[in-house]
Amino acid sequence: MVEQEGIQRYIAHAILWIGIAIVAFPVYLAIVASTQENAAIANGQMSLLPGGHFLQTYYQTIFVGTSGSTREPVGTMLLNSLVMALSIAFGKIAVSIISAYAIVYFRFPFRMTMFWLIFITLMLPVEVRIYPTYKTVADLHLLDSYAGLALPLIASATATLLFRQFFMTVPEELLEASRIDGAGPLRFFWDTLLPLSRTNMAALFVILFILGWNQYLWPLLITTRDDMQTIQIGIRKMITTSDALTEWPVVMATAVLAMLPPVFVVVVMQKLFVRGLVETEK
Amino acid sequence: MQKQSVFQSKLLPFALVAPQLAIVLIFFYWPAAQAVVQSFLLQDAFGLSTSFVWFENYQDILSQPDYWAAIVRTFVFSFAIAFSSLSFALLLAVMADKPLRGGTLYRTLLIWPYAVAPPVVGVLWVFMLHPSLGILARGLRGMGIDWNPLLDGNQAALLIILAAAWKQISYNFLFFLAGLQSIPRSVLEAAAIDGARPMRRFWTVTFPLLSPTIFFLLVVNIVYAFFDTFGIIDTMTRGGPAKATETMVYRVYVDGLLGGNLGGSAAQSVILMIIVIGLTAVQFRFVERKVTY
Repeated sequence: MVEQEGIQRYIAHAILWIGIAIVAFPVYLAIVASTQENAAIANGQMSLLPGGHFLQTYYQTIFVGTSGSTREPVGTMLLNSLVMALSIAFGKIAVSIISAYAIVYFRFPFRMTMFWLIFITLMLPVEVRIYPTYKTVADLHLLDSYAGLALPLIASATATLLFRQFFMTVPEELLEASRIDGAGPLRFFWDTLLPLSRTNMAALFVILFILGWNQYLWPLLITTRDDMQTIQIGIRKMITTSDALTEWPVVMATAVLAMLPPVFVVVVMQKLFVRGLVETEK
Repeated sequence: MQKQSVFQSKLLPFALVAPQLAIVLIFFYWPAAQAVVQSFLLQDAFGLSTSFVWFENYQDILSQPDYWAAIVRTFVFSFAIAFSSLSFALLLAVMADKPLRGGTLYRTLLIWPYAVAPPVVGVLWVFMLHPSLGILARGLRGMGIDWNPLLDGNQAALLIILAAAWKQISYNFLFFLAGLQSIPRSVLEAAAIDGARPMRRFWTVTFPLLSPTIFFLLVVNIVYAFFDTFGIIDTMTRGGPAKATETMVYRVYVDGLLGGNLGGSAAQSVILMIIVIGLTAVQFRFVERKVTY
């Protein structure tokens, strides 16, 4: 920019690397711990370098689970988390894009009432209405089901607002042109609007996948069966038993496995992620 | 608000809105209304009969010194988390905003913790600072500090704040970086020509121009500290020792689940709703201002 003396630049590099180290250290420690023996960790004799138990620990974690109890293997939890995250992401996008389409492209009675009914949901996260929601889901016999895990988290307006905003920027001429070509509302939606929304949908998908994967309080309440729990719940249960019995390498391997999919998504789809984050916060 | 040319159809728009409307009504409005209704009801110990008690649940909850302590604690946590995370992220963003070699690599290496779930954050930090086996705890003890967050409430609170702030660094960093990059270079160059040194330029030009971003992030961070710290608290301390880390949300959870005090829990939910609506209203007003900025 203006004056860039050498020293200043070195300081900037140094501060950034310190920041990266602070951000990465807890995770590095988890990876290292997941490759060591439990005895060494429990004695406080953990080494800062990777040990030789990588394959053994991860095999046990994914296919067997902790040895002391009847816990589910983490493989099942990963599957549950994946199903939940994907249902939330796909469900929310599908439901929101069609309702945004109706609100922008049609004129019908109670249009604004419906818009506000959806819009207000932005205000209250699921945490503040947790027990009544639990009761509703229980009354519908949806406890311990994927539908019960996903549906209450689909009930929010962020995606609808995003699509509404985007549709408003789509030129009017497109609608008129396809109308002259004889396309009806469904045809226009499918052939014109949906392809145009592809980037927005992808960006939103990245954010919703991460949010869904990382859900905690809701699955904690509504899953009672061990084979339905998500990985975030599983990891908490692993450290409930008294300290002496905690199998730290397995816990840390589970933590690493729980981080891997969302972190992978952020790093690989960075552009979409940043775009989705900025757009959903507007 | 709406397109000039629209489709004419009587039933189709209703069919298109129906799925979302159904989900919102069943899983949002119905439970939220239930929370409000429940907060005016009192159940006997066996759940056999309920009676309408007006504001008794609220009076009950607001007369507990415990509850006020939880409110104060929640706000202290929120501001401590927001302040520490925001200032560290701002420092990193200002550094990353400079034309450095490897700029995109830095960004990648700093944003990924956004994707780490709160309970996992809790587990990672417990492991580092566990009094008997944590690597950092060993270091602290070596320095002569009597570190034991399992017994010392203040240390436990510090642990929660650090872990929660750590998770939020990447989010704040991203938004600060975007805010910094939208400041026109010419303004900074003009200040430099006027003879302002970098530090002075930062405080008199960059910082004021960044204030919309800072305010936006402040609100987001406070909301984050209210709700998303649940997973961190639940894996790290379970609200203990002796309720030293029990926030409002955690209390709603504990009272409803373990205590079975549904009326009291619902009254707390309603109080939380009012606080969140207030915060969101502040945020929306600000967002409007940002548009005209």
